[in-house]
Amino acid sequence: MNKFTKVASISLLIPGLLLAGCNTTEQSQAEEAKKTEESKTATYSEELEKAVDSYRQYGLEQTDLFVEGTTAFVEAVKAGNLEKAKELYPTARMPFERVEPIAESFGDLDPKIDAREGDVPEEEWTGYHRLEKIHWEENTTEGTAEYADQLLNDVKSLRAKIELADVAPQTLVTGAVDLLNEVSASKITGEEERYSHTDLYDFAANVDGSKKIVDLLSPILEEKDPELLDTLEQRFADVYTALEDYKTENGYVSYTDLTEEDTQKLSKVIDALAEPLSQIGVVLEG
Amino acid sequence: MSDESKSNKITRREMLYRTGAGGLGLLVGASGFGTISALGKTLDKEDKQTAEDAIPFYGTHQSGIITKPQTYIYLISLDLTTNQLSDVRDLFKEWTMASAHMSKAELVGPYTDNSYVPPEDTGEADGLSASKLTITYGFGPTFFDKNGSDRFGLASKKPKQLKSLPSFAGDQIEEQWTGGDLCVQVCAEDKQVAFHAIRNLIRIGRGIVTLRWMQSGFQRTPQADKKKGTPRNLFGFKDGTVNPSTDKEFNDIVWSNGSEAPWIKNGSYMVMRRIRMLLEVWDRTHLNEQEMTFGREKRSGAPLGHQDEFDDINFDKKDESGNPHIPVDSHIKLARGDGSEKILRRSYSYSSEMDPTRAQLDAGLLFISYQKDPFKQFVPIQKRMAGMDRMNEYIRHIGSAVFACPGGASKGGYIGDSLF
Repeated sequence: MNKFTKVASISLLIPGLLLAGCNTTEQSQAEEAKKTEESKTATYSEELEKAVDSYRQYGLEQTDLFVEGTTAFVEAVKAGNLEKAKELYPTARMPFERVEPIAESFGDLDPKIDAREGDVPEEEWTGYHRLEKIHWEENTTEGTAEYADQLLNDVKSLRAKIELADVAPQTLVTGAVDLLNEVSASKITGEEERYSHTDLYDFAANVDGSKKIVDLLSPILEEKDPELLDTLEQRFADVYTALEDYKTENGYVSYTDLTEEDTQKLSKVIDALAEPLSQIGVVLEG
Repeated sequence: MSDESKSNKITRREMLYRTGAGGLGLLVGASGFGTISALGKTLDKEDKQTAEDAIPFYGTHQSGIITKPQTYIYLISLDLTTNQLSDVRDLFKEWTMASAHMSKAELVGPYTDNSYVPPEDTGEADGLSASKLTITYGFGPTFFDKNGSDRFGLASKKPKQLKSLPSFAGDQIEEQWTGGDLCVQVCAEDKQVAFHAIRNLIRIGRGIVTLRWMQSGFQRTPQADKKKGTPRNLFGFKDGTVNPSTDKEFNDIVWSNGSEAPWIKNGSYMVMRRIRMLLEVWDRTHLNEQEMTFGREKRSGAPLGHQDEFDDINFDKKDESGNPHIPVDSHIKLARGDGSEKILRRSYSYSSEMDPTRAQLDAGLLFISYQKDPFKQFVPIQKRMAGMDRMNEYIRHIGSAVFACPGGASKGGYIGDSLF
């Protein structure tokens, strides 16, 4: 499924919430309004509030890194240095992949930055994957300056908006699993980076992001369900161990080097982690 | 997690049911899940008379073996990824609980009031009848020792009857359709009920087991077969005419007395063969050859030269030119042999849609048999057939596995408890 349709359908279901005024698009208004609603209706423990604050901080750090990496990438593109651009591409994206649960809450910016071919109408298609296609398919940086400038602008406005993000405890609970679902749905299949085949970078970054959430929630999990926490720590370790086999000097092997046996192995460790991870909603219990 | 802490604990699912049944408070604080309250009414319906189409899960024998074959099957083979026996034990406890509930058309676990965790039950069988659901578990040879390692300290309990089948003439076994540490057979009169069960069992095992192979199968529904005849396979022939049906036969043929290993008492050994049928080739074969291949008439099921499907077969009966009515290389002749080897067949047809390399139907027989000793019962039969069965031209043995299915669980116990 096109991952952007999910956001759109939420806005259809809750038209009433669109009245909350601010100058973003309908989707993000709806998302934000929804989150505000949620966070208003419940009070949470100090520990949980602390985890949420730390996660907001993590979001800021990662989007700072994202701006930094994108700036270097865009410079390489505009200097016509294809080799450098290709080298920077996968790592520049990683901070974004780590904090997708927050980034996705800005419904308009996420597709502008990260839409894959076919996710949006051709004439609206911008962002990393548009550049990816030209760099790897046509093997050139020519004609990409405009996309590069636009990308940097979008990444910068994402950074600005993250300041305003209303991160709720539910964002963490949902986000940790969503990140692994991302891995399952589009990284293990090689869909995400269909031209550069750098899917394993995204894979690792999604897992990092999910692990971060669990780390932040671990004091609460320790209290509510220590057995679950043990299991999660063990299973995260299993995932990282499995990824070790595919590391290269500077990053990860190409998706095209993976055999069916490899993808199955990776898929199994992700499933083994994601199933118990889906229980972390216990942290929301009073 | 340590062996100790886990094995002595009741499972989360069990806990939810108990709180649902016995009221909150009882276990609150003791478990770490104390804040979850069960919304459900009293879900433990053990005292309630089981519904008409429910087959009890608990009993001396596992259900799904001598149970009259239901319409649908899912058979899966699983490999264990853990090296701790306590994990396996916990898994079987959870599976037993879930199986007992699902057999009674109950949810695997009740809904709770925390909507930020996924429900215990995936939900697609909610409100559906039990549909004669049976769930049958087995242990493969590699459960006991794998690559020479006594992985769970149970190698000494491995029965001698439990090992991979030898290769037979003409076998085209594909590695991905062989063996496995564990198997689960789910059968039901409703496909959605069956799928729900297998899906939830796989889900419960996630992180402890991974899927090795999975095959679904079908027969005709009872509604479609008003006359309750012998089911037909995809070659259009009646299959399973001669099958044990009395308690004495089951004791003689199917149930182990436990002499080889006490834990297998009242259990049985399952043989699985995934047999691809070359339907395109078969469909081009004239009727006479089809009937000579089976040794039966296609429409009536009567042995060639006989009147009725259930006639005692006289293999010596000759036609006017002195040839036996039933060819010596026909399927029924070779299957019968001298009549000393008998098995309980519980096979299903399968259709896995299309074989992409040939753009042909990938369909055939999910052959399943139960017996006391695969090597004294199944193997000699298959040896005869592999060598000269006329049918070999139309079939390919693709998959092969053997599992030891322990006796049934009693209430309070769990499947495999006599082994662990």
